[in-house]
Amino acid sequence: MSHILIMIAKRLAFGVLTLFFVSILIFGATELLPGDFAEEFLGQSATPETVAAIRRQLGLNLPMHIRYGEWLGILPGWTSMNAEGVLTGRCIEAGIATADAPAYCGVLQGDFGNSLSNRRPVAELLGTRLGNTLFLALYAAAIAVPLSLMLGILAALFRNSVFDRVVNASALTSISFPEFFVAYILIFWLAGMGGLFPSMATIRPATDFAEKLYLAFLPALTLTLVVTAHMMRMTRAAIINLLASPYIEMARLKGMSPIRVIVRHALPNALAPIINVIALNLAYLITGVVVVEVVFVYPGLGQLMVDSVAARDMPVVQAVALIFAAAYVLLNLTADVLATLSNPRLVKRG
Amino acid sequence: MTGTASDTPLLTMHGLSIEGRAEDSWTGIVNGIDLELHRGEVLGLIGESGAGKSTLGLAAMGFTRDGCRISGGEIVFDGIDLTTASEAKKRHLRGARIAYVAQSAAASFNPAHKLMDQYCEGPVQHGVMGRAEARKDAVDLYRRMQLPDPENIGFRYPHQVSGGQLQRAMTAMAMSCRPDLIIFDEPTTALDVTTQIEVLAAIRKIVDEFDTAAIYITHDLAVVAQMADRIKVLLKGDEVEEADTRTMLAAPKEDYTRSLWAVRSHARAQQPPVAGDAVPVVSVQNITAGYGTLNVLENVGFDIHARRTVAVVGESGSGKSTTARVITGLLPPHQGRIVFEGEVLPPDYRRRSRDQLRQAQMIYQMADTALNPKLRIREVIGRPAQMYLGLRGKALEARIRDLLSLIELEPDAYIDRLPSELSGGQKQRIGIARALAAEPRFIICDEVTSALDQLVAEGILKLLDKLQSEFDLAYMFITHDLATVKAIADEVVVMKEGRVIEQGPKPQVFAPPHDPYTELLLSSVPEMDPDWLTDLLQDRADAERCARQ
Repeated sequence: MSHILIMIAKRLAFGVLTLFFVSILIFGATELLPGDFAEEFLGQSATPETVAAIRRQLGLNLPMHIRYGEWLGILPGWTSMNAEGVLTGRCIEAGIATADAPAYCGVLQGDFGNSLSNRRPVAELLGTRLGNTLFLALYAAAIAVPLSLMLGILAALFRNSVFDRVVNASALTSISFPEFFVAYILIFWLAGMGGLFPSMATIRPATDFAEKLYLAFLPALTLTLVVTAHMMRMTRAAIINLLASPYIEMARLKGMSPIRVIVRHALPNALAPIINVIALNLAYLITGVVVVEVVFVYPGLGQLMVDSVAARDMPVVQAVALIFAAAYVLLNLTADVLATLSNPRLVKRG
Repeated sequence: MTGTASDTPLLTMHGLSIEGRAEDSWTGIVNGIDLELHRGEVLGLIGESGAGKSTLGLAAMGFTRDGCRISGGEIVFDGIDLTTASEAKKRHLRGARIAYVAQSAAASFNPAHKLMDQYCEGPVQHGVMGRAEARKDAVDLYRRMQLPDPENIGFRYPHQVSGGQLQRAMTAMAMSCRPDLIIFDEPTTALDVTTQIEVLAAIRKIVDEFDTAAIYITHDLAVVAQMADRIKVLLKGDEVEEADTRTMLAAPKEDYTRSLWAVRSHARAQQPPVAGDAVPVVSVQNITAGYGTLNVLENVGFDIHARRTVAVVGESGSGKSTTARVITGLLPPHQGRIVFEGEVLPPDYRRRSRDQLRQAQMIYQMADTALNPKLRIREVIGRPAQMYLGLRGKALEARIRDLLSLIELEPDAYIDRLPSELSGGQKQRIGIARALAAEPRFIICDEVTSALDQLVAEGILKLLDKLQSEFDLAYMFITHDLATVKAIADEVVVMKEGRVIEQGPKPQVFAPPHDPYTELLLSSVPEMDPDWLTDLLQDRADAERCARQ
């Protein structure tokens, strides 16, 4: 087992390194966009003086590497000067530092700073959004993962039958349509005509759990339709790939029923590729759902990310990007650990 | 192992025909076979690959592989016609009343579950006994099969158990529901000779103890002679003949059977000893090599002279193939050196010149995987000729045709074929031609005949022999099969656990007094005498008793 713990530790270390590079990449990419927060914020009313004032106030006039260092927390957060020539900066605003007593208050200190647009702490802004995104992702996964595993197993069991073909064809159809199309079709049928479910999934922190499930049903169903095909087809393919193995023939010659042969003998050996596809799809459910969020007016991270990029609201963009990257890193790590654990040859060596 | 024959047979087959799908048509695999098996009797099915042995064995369970179908005849097991029985009914028989032991236990045990869970599955699912009872029973059977640590071995995964032990565990698993009939499908083919003995003895003991009927499928006559009461010889899906084991061995009726019996007769003329001052083609000197810090070879050394064949013998894991890797430069050794005609070769193949590489070629065990399936024979043989000798155009074409003639394949018929359009023996011949194309001085043959039927293997050995005298080649012949060694070797190197145990000219190594390990290897090769195994086990038991006193 110890080699698995070592693997986890190594991968976590690499994960942190990945996040570091992602943050540089995102910071740089946002810099490349035309315009900055001051110009976007002032819009039509921008004059060179007001733009310069806002830049000075927020420290946007400082060179890029200094702002990055401040954000990261390796440079003290009091490097800018306001219009009156008094030192200011994130840490001073946050009351952590004064002009005489410098302090570090970046990500390394656990402070993601304040949103430039509305001055609220990023952590607070993200808190509820992240909760909503995770809720929707888990909701969709709770339907999609068992559903696709079951369909995949049944498709493998009845391979090349009418059932197999119908399942495959419908899964491929649903993945081939754009998400917004699937979403509007569902709204048309289930919200518009039947009025069974609401077309707007505007959940609030106060909404109770059952109500949340009801409100978020259509977005969750849309996402389910989008991700099921991948997982179902991988389950089917991974199982069928093993059916020619001698140990499968042995199970059949021991008189085991077809369903037992597949579930007990083929599935455990097919888990590694299935787990990997599930992890990729879960990551997609967390990071790639912006279109669905927009259609259903769902207050998740995707929407926030798009808005913040448009406003050049750097601290928020950085924080969301890090969450997305961390989701990929952690899910892939989890997938690898589970795939390793599913293989006795890797767990118990020798 | 005398069967207690009763009047109604346990299993009968009448005019059984099985077809396999090839492209769009059905071709016969088994053509109208009759078979009768009584309770407690062991029937040996013997034949070369493609004889339909396994297909027939599986048919005894009412089972056909994907792409096969029963096209005629009947299979009656204890009054139940398996050709018409429902799938559910056959499922209740399989594992419970008819069990199967596969050729490769390592591949046939599910890697995801412990041995014990796989053992218990049959009895529990078939409702023969509860899990707790099945576990107790498993330990008992593991003990009877002489598995080490029978109390705990069931809690290991298949990859944690050796091949010979797995094969015994699989036999125990087949016994779990106390079936009336067990099909043994080449259960010892993949094992070393010394391991094979233990497995054969354990199988025979348990089949006797429970008076189970068995069908024993193998291509090895000497093995079937130990195991079967009766032998049925098959050829391409047809029965050649059937008789009591002793009758069959003493007086085979058919020519084909006699040709099988005679197969081990090939022996090349013993070459005179080399002159004392002759420079060996390859000299392996004090090689210590391994992977990481683990040494697989310890101080291995031997010489190979022109026109001579050195057979390197040993069980799996003895370091035979690692020695070949060191000679070819794939695995640079920690110590020692390889000298080629008096010139020290760089240890790493990447540092050897093209001409040095050309001089040493290899022929592999699995011709199937050693030939690129996408290349035509023209390219397979042509490439080395082009690369090493710079042949182009007409000269190259002529050379390829020459090589095909040398390996006794008609150039016009074969030059544009793909490997998939060749038989196993033909593929191996192409492997030989590819090695010859480089015009080497030295060829390493790595178990080149062990995947082939005996008659085909015989042909390959004769061909190698002929080529050796024609081109003055030096061969290093890696094998675990002592019959092959007897047939082709001039000198023998016996290896065990990475060390050379004994080496010398063949007559010297094969004549007493032996090193104890060589003795064990030699005495473990099955002989065509039905009493051989019984006598051998008796001898060994006696020897052990003497040693203890």
